Amino acid sequence: MAGLSKLRRVQISGVLVALAFVFKNTSELTAITNLIMLAATVVAGTPILKRAVGALKYKILGIDALVSIAVIGALAIGEYWEAAAVTFLFMLGDYLEARTIEKTRSSIKALLELAPDTARVLRDGAEVEVSPDEVVAGDVVIIRPGEKIPVDGTVLEGTAYVNQAAITGESIPLSKQPEDNVFSGTIIESGYLKVRADRVGEDTTFARILQMVEEAQDKKAETQKFLERFSRYYTPSIIVLAALIYLFSRDLVLALTLLVIACPGALVISAPVSIVAGIGNGARHGVLIKGGEIMEKLGKSKVLAFDKTGTLTVGKPAVTKVKAYNIGEKELLRLAAIGESYSEHPLGRAIIEQAERELGPLTETPDEAELITGHGLKAVIGGETILIGNRKLFADHNVSLAGVEAYLAGEEAKGQTAIIVGNLSGVLGVISIADTVREDAKALIDTVKRLGIAKIAMLTGDNPGTAKSISDQLGIDEYYAELLPQDKVRILNELRTRYGAVAMVGDGVNDAPALASADVGIAIGGAGTDVAMETADVVLMSAQLKQLAHAIGLSRATVRNLKQNIVFALIVAGLLLAGVLVKTVNLSFGMLIHEANVLLVIVNAVRLLGYSAD
Amino acid sequence: MTTKTYQLETLTCPSCLAKIEGALKKTAGVIESEVLFNSSKAKVTFDETVVSSEEIRKTIEALGYKVLGEK
Repeated sequence: MAGLSKLRRVQISGVLVALAFVFKNTSELTAITNLIMLAATVVAGTPILKRAVGALKYKILGIDALVSIAVIGALAIGEYWEAAAVTFLFMLGDYLEARTIEKTRSSIKALLELAPDTARVLRDGAEVEVSPDEVVAGDVVIIRPGEKIPVDGTVLEGTAYVNQAAITGESIPLSKQPEDNVFSGTIIESGYLKVRADRVGEDTTFARILQMVEEAQDKKAETQKFLERFSRYYTPSIIVLAALIYLFSRDLVLALTLLVIACPGALVISAPVSIVAGIGNGARHGVLIKGGEIMEKLGKSKVLAFDKTGTLTVGKPAVTKVKAYNIGEKELLRLAAIGESYSEHPLGRAIIEQAERELGPLTETPDEAELITGHGLKAVIGGETILIGNRKLFADHNVSLAGVEAYLAGEEAKGQTAIIVGNLSGVLGVISIADTVREDAKALIDTVKRLGIAKIAMLTGDNPGTAKSISDQLGIDEYYAELLPQDKVRILNELRTRYGAVAMVGDGVNDAPALASADVGIAIGGAGTDVAMETADVVLMSAQLKQLAHAIGLSRATVRNLKQNIVFALIVAGLLLAGVLVKTVNLSFGMLIHEANVLLVIVNAVRLLGYSAD
Repeated sequence: MTTKTYQLETLTCPSCLAKIEGALKKTAGVIESEVLFNSSKAKVTFDETVVSSEEIRKTIEALGYKVLGEK
């Protein structure tokens, strides 16, 4: 009897309750009916009573104790049907809640299943299969198509396409070759890799993500703490109320019914189920949100601040404009590219890349070329001397810039680096180069504004021209340029005073102080970066901006879900209390509503698992 | 002093937490206890010379919650 599983108890007592219901309404055999009801009560009620007694030993009055008192009371006054129905409903509710609540936590289980289970390592020249826990740092691991990489490591040999969804949430395979880093838990779709194990077991990024998600799930949100405080007063007040009612009206049934609804189950559970589902959804999309409090803060943030331009730009200069005087634009680009042939300068590389894109591979080389550090270069192409560089270069060679000065100044004000191309007799043209904005950045800014971020700010150490140009292109509301790290902290404080909670996005490495001083610090591209993973409040595993949109959208959806749950639970609790007091709700009906309320709150939270930003 | 994590059956009501935590804290030898609702785990720091891991398990199970594993 004691060994019956929860499900068995629910089934047996369910059948008995149904039987009793039929007998009650059709036959006159009261004794048999009562016996069946009693049996149902014992089957379903034993574990409740056991828990209640166990808790009372430690002077703790839980819902089990309240239900037990109500049921014993009901039996004492001959309300066998109520006793059977209440215990059955309570156990059924408990069982269904366990099943549905598992669902809200299913994301982490799904993640766990991605963990590697075997590893093939080279030991004394031979391949041996071992458990991933037995791999030590420095081992050489071999991974074939379809297999999971069991360690964080560096590719020694081979090439492969690797699906990194377990880490980044991004399932488009990435190409990996020698020197590249690979992560534990990711899968080789095609190809073959020999990897040197750098981190193994619990130290791998994958293992740490799992651990962080698990910890995050149980970090309480502010709302949750408040609800727990509330319920600490709610339950005893209802018990006192029940006692008072019995004392004054001698209405035992009413008093017992109050006990059954005294536990604000749905209210207490409303916040944690939403939070756990939200965090689980994030984890599956490469967004690690470290706890309920952070989820709430992010969901309520008003300002999104980007630390430095690099997050929004490609981070690599590119030619944005070619202006030619007296020669064709293509010819100008060709000359400049040939001149830069031997240059390793990033600006020179940008010119060559643009020329090859427009004109095809370059075959010509300059007759001679001389790099003049800080000024540019002087090359001889087809017998003609060509100057490529800044104002100083042209001043040194006494070439006048009078005709183009206005244009140069205009370009520079737009944040462009203007490279002047000319010969010894005059200027041939100007090539503008700048870091370009990321293609997904514009879409991101639009999305987060739609999601309810009131102000978007950019804090950068770059010059004002570059900052303005980028913020104009993207529709950023405010930019602050030429900042030192300590300035950023001050500006964040100003933004907070003016608009409200600030979420700050950065790489989590160079900008740790700024991220720490924001209400929510978001590190982008955090996979594999220890500092970012440890210190940021929210870690976006990949460098993709759409993960940022997902994080912000998800946090808002979670906060919304949580509010729906609280409001719903409060309304039902209020109606239930009123219903009991005016005697339209009896013992078993009260229990039914109570359990249904809890279930609905959980089911609402499960919806969050399907949230998607696009 | 040892810290162990016990995996419990799925916890469904947060008030169970208070109950398990409270009971553990009142157990002699237990220095610290934290019950995690969502992961359904109990983290317990205890003095091995006073109380055994087995006794802690029994305490939790006596309250009506199955212990599925420990580490």
